[in-house]
Amino acid sequence: MTTLVTHPESLSLPEEEHGTSGLLKWITSTDHKVIGKSYTITAFVFFLIAGCMAMLIRTQLASPDNTFVSQHVYNELFTMHGSIMMYLFAGPFAFGGLANFIVPLQVGAPDMAFPRLNALSYWLYLGGGIIMLSGFLTTSGAADFGWVAYAPLSNSINTPGAGPDMWIVALILTGFSAIFTGVNICATVFYLRAPGLTMFRMPIFTWNMMVTGILILIAFPVLTSALVMLWCDRHIGSHIFTVSGGGVPVLWQNLFWFFGHPEVYILALPYFGAVTDILAVFSRKPVFGYRGMVFCTIAIAALSTSVWAHHMFTTGTVLLPFFSIMSYLIAVPTGIKFFNWIGTMWRGSITFTTPMLFAVGFLIVFLFGGVTGIFLASPPVDFAMHDTFFVVAHFHEVLFGTAVFGGFAGLTYWFPKYTGWMLNDKIGKVSFWLMFIGFWVTFMPQYLLGEKGMPRRIAEYLPSTGWATLNRISTGGAYLLFLSVFVMLVAFGESWLKRKERPAGDNPWDAHTLEWATSSPPPHHNFYWIPPVRSERPVWDHNHPDHPTVKEHAREVRELVGVGAGTGARGGLAEELPPSSAGGTSAPSGDGHGPVSGNGHDPTGESK
Amino acid sequence: MRVEGQVLLVIAAFFGVVALVYWFWSGETSGTALLTGTCLLGTLPGGYYFWWSRRMKPRASDDPSAKREDGEGVVGTFPSSSIWPFVLGVSAALVALALVFGFWTAIVGFVGATTAVLGIIRESRRGGVV
Repeated sequence: MTTLVTHPESLSLPEEEHGTSGLLKWITSTDHKVIGKSYTITAFVFFLIAGCMAMLIRTQLASPDNTFVSQHVYNELFTMHGSIMMYLFAGPFAFGGLANFIVPLQVGAPDMAFPRLNALSYWLYLGGGIIMLSGFLTTSGAADFGWVAYAPLSNSINTPGAGPDMWIVALILTGFSAIFTGVNICATVFYLRAPGLTMFRMPIFTWNMMVTGILILIAFPVLTSALVMLWCDRHIGSHIFTVSGGGVPVLWQNLFWFFGHPEVYILALPYFGAVTDILAVFSRKPVFGYRGMVFCTIAIAALSTSVWAHHMFTTGTVLLPFFSIMSYLIAVPTGIKFFNWIGTMWRGSITFTTPMLFAVGFLIVFLFGGVTGIFLASPPVDFAMHDTFFVVAHFHEVLFGTAVFGGFAGLTYWFPKYTGWMLNDKIGKVSFWLMFIGFWVTFMPQYLLGEKGMPRRIAEYLPSTGWATLNRISTGGAYLLFLSVFVMLVAFGESWLKRKERPAGDNPWDAHTLEWATSSPPPHHNFYWIPPVRSERPVWDHNHPDHPTVKEHAREVRELVGVGAGTGARGGLAEELPPSSAGGTSAPSGDGHGPVSGNGHDPTGESK
Repeated sequence: MRVEGQVLLVIAAFFGVVALVYWFWSGETSGTALLTGTCLLGTLPGGYYFWWSRRMKPRASDDPSAKREDGEGVVGTFPSSSIWPFVLGVSAALVALALVFGFWTAIVGFVGATTAVLGIIRESRRGGVV
């Protein structure tokens, strides 16, 4: 049924979704929360599949002259591992999963601006993903030209067969899906914000998602166009990327990386935003340098679209000083962000819950990935390191740091809002430490392998190269990473089994932003009421009316730290007021201006 | 609305400058075309928003002192559930698969897509359940 939503009546009486249940509800729902959950689960499944491929790749490389998989299968594995991680996990998990669920809540909206377009985005994404994976079922096998599909390797002579074609059409479908989602996010932020929620009061996560939406609109059409050209080259005899017909193979690289480098930031900025929100909440402080964070996000997005050819230094066809200088410049806003993240934690009352651990893990891992990126922005260094395992290590530090550490931080932070119950914090922490240790054991040896000259994308190497020991260590670390993800799955399963013992309540973290003003999970059309918005922390302001400033906040932190366990949201005035019904909704108390409280559960799980 | 316009116009201005510098420094055409396209992508919606922001009253979401009552009125029309996005998505996948396996899947896909588009139009005009 189509519903006309009005302010403020709908806030007091949100309409329940009628008519469908079970599988039909998941198929037909246009509710951003259902679609967000669908995206999250689907992307996580793709993450697991690509992770299994990574285990096969690392097993193959664990010893020299290994024949665990053939060279052809190895090529398919690293191509599909990269493609799934980049196109089907890291991006959709952020802008399809987290953003879909959280952005409308953070801006106080009843839904995304275009709910049916939102649902269509998901189905295009799922269809594209299934088609891409189905390449393994064809006689020629899946695509095996790398996730970048460089011409002329990707033409119909070098990589014939249906598998590569399925990879191309899958990316066209997921490309449209991403474009529609970008439009939806921007329109939601532009048009559906709550009264008083000006642009410079939006949570940093929402800001970053809006900038990501703009980046998607810049980058993805270029990829989709390039893919159509590639298909034409393969099937209807055009010669856009082939020398023989007067085409230019390196044009593919220009087009691909004009998409590809912004894509890295399309994958990174959402997690930057999630981590920013998390650091503030678990340091019990406002975001340090809020406006600076916003301007740096915009600067990173703009610069990231001007550096595409630093991936092409070794082609000898690009203007080295221009792209080198622009690449170095990205370090400036990123460095300011790091400064602000540390400033946010500085003198805060830090609680190391699972989301906070993953957020801090992200800071450390991404810092190393960023610094090695600065190395590679220097053409002489890049000439030496390009196509070695140094680049593999750098790339994984950047993307694993953001999409996995940042992604798990976001997922565990918003897990109570998604599900209505708390994640097992102890198992979550075990997962973090396994992942953190496994990460360094996996990727630090790869830097050394790169320095020793081991090329990337090779299936076998000779014993005489001396690369075997470092490769074995790296493989051991990869198994540890796999175990860490398995432990996180155990945490999800255990939390589901004990969900009735751990209802989350509305605001278990005593958090700041509007998504915590509604029930967990939120009702249809999201809000029974919205607190007045007078800063970028409306829920905090509402719960702590006497402590709105940073200074007063710090004084309050000293007074209240450790007080709240077991009785309500940790600290704060919320616990002085009646808790909302367990796992229920945040119905307003009396005049509709009641506090946004926890439900009596200790979010750290340590009181159990 | 003004800030939204300004963000897009700042992006447009940045890419305009970068496109000029890049063109005069490198003379390379494909990159210049892409940067110019990005400049236009910021200019068109950014200019539109900025133009309107000077001709309309600030919305409740633009007003830092707005009260909740200031946001009264219709927010938008939100469909509860619809089968048509699913049908359209599956149909689009079938049309895309025609690029790999031949035209026959496109026939089914186009029929499905047309039905879905008509269904969405009907739903939008009359409201309706699945």
